[in-house]
Amino acid sequence: MCDSCGCNVTAGNRHLIEDNGPLATVDAGTTAVTILQDLLSENNLQARHNRQHFAKHQVLAINLMSSPGAGKTALLEATIDALKDRYAIAVIEGDLETENDARRIRAKGVPAVQITTGSACHLDAHMVHDALHQLDLAALDLLFIENVGNLVCPASFDLGHHRNVVLLSIPEGDDKPAKYPVMFRAADLMVLSKSELLPVMDDFSPTQAEHYLRQLANPAPVISLSAKTGRGMQDWLHWLTQEIEAHRARLHNGDNTRPVIAADGIRFHAAQRPSAVRLGPL
Amino acid sequence: MHELSVCQGLLRQVKQIALEHRATAVEKIYLQIGPLAGVEPALLQAAFPIASADSLAAQAQMVIRAMPIRVHCRRCHADTEASLNNLTCADCGDWETELLSGDELLIERIEMQTPQ
Ligand SMILES: Nc1nc2c(ncn2[C@@H]2O[C@H](COP(=O)(O)OP(=O)(O)OP(=O)(O)O)[C@@H](O)[C@H]2O)c(=O)[nH]1
Ligand SMILES: [Zn+2]
Ligand SMILES: [Zn+2]
Ligand SMILES: [Zn+2]
Ligand SMILES: [Zn+2]
Repeated sequence: MCDSCGCNVTAGNRHLIEDNGPLATVDAGTTAVTILQDLLSENNLQARHNRQHFAKHQVLAINLMSSPGAGKTALLEATIDALKDRYAIAVIEGDLETENDARRIRAKGVPAVQITTGSACHLDAHMVHDALHQLDLAALDLLFIENVGNLVCPASFDLGHHRNVVLLSIPEGDDKPAKYPVMFRAADLMVLSKSELLPVMDDFSPTQAEHYLRQLANPAPVISLSAKTGRGMQDWLHWLTQEIEAHRARLHNGDNTRPVIAADGIRFHAAQRPSAVRLGPL
Repeated sequence: MHELSVCQGLLRQVKQIALEHRATAVEKIYLQIGPLAGVEPALLQAAFPIASADSLAAQAQMVIRAMPIRVHCRRCHADTEASLNNLTCADCGDWETELLSGDELLIERIEMQTPQ
């Protein structure tokens, strides 16, 4: 546990628990247990298990996040059309209600598992695990997890995936990264979607959107595309293909990778935001 | 908002630790939460009585310590304060910084009643 190795004691919190820190003493009659333990460790354990499933079958898993209606399903439909002859793809769909998105994906001829979360505003690793066992991972190269449309909560839960893609659609305005920093800080790629609307929505500046992203110290690439007209799709497909190849190379070397998760960065603070992190024996 | 599910996860862990120590009641739970954790402290506080009802922690007090956001600059090596949507270096303005603190979501300490 973390109190024995001290891995959760950081430069930011050490002073609180040392000698005369405010948390160093205990009221009489009680026992204090100092644990500095990751609150979400149960979810993280399940996520790690999910990541083992993916590693075993060489599947790259991508978590797709955005506001409701930013175009996640439309992007997946266009992506499947373009790549399904080359890669075996499946989709896990998270929605509050309805099977609509899963039906749209199945109509493209690839497997889709629907998770209806009811009131939950995000997917967690346990829900994804249930869905995984309804898929034949051995037959897959690429798994998309379309998270619930929500710019706040989905970034806080590790699902066992490898990359976070955040869509920002042109009608939403270019200041979303500044307003929802926790989500955009976690992005490995920012996709500006519905880009054919840029001439109409001319107060949206892609440069400004990228500036807000950089202010979050995030080096992620930015791609503009339109799933409707197909413009910019090549950049996206290129990014995906590269990620699939890079993932295979990592697994070949016994490495794995995980995305930035809000509330989870503490383990990696000193690690200079590595693109590949050795997770230990898988 | 996911604070209720976060709170439930928290209490599962607290319960396990309490059992390990054969505690009869949990009195205080200290948490560290940074602004970049993606959890709203006020909502977590509000969710706590709901999540802890009928448990060893039903009477417990949850104490949340808000952590500051600090970054380390890779260019000029300064450690500076930053804000939620501006994690650039306060000294030189560069954006290639690393987070030193601010995204914590940690159980720091638990105080409980244990048999003599
Ligand atoms: N103009 C334009 N509209 C688009 C584009 N992509 C999607 N849309 C439209 O945006 C609306 C929402 O698209 P979806 O793909 O369902 O969005 P989503 O992010 O999957 O939505 P949720 O799953 O409900 O969060 C639909 O009316 C789409 O036709 C695009 O590239 N351009
Ligand atoms: Zn959708
Ligand atoms: Zn399993
Ligand atoms: Zn939520
Ligand atoms: Zn600097």
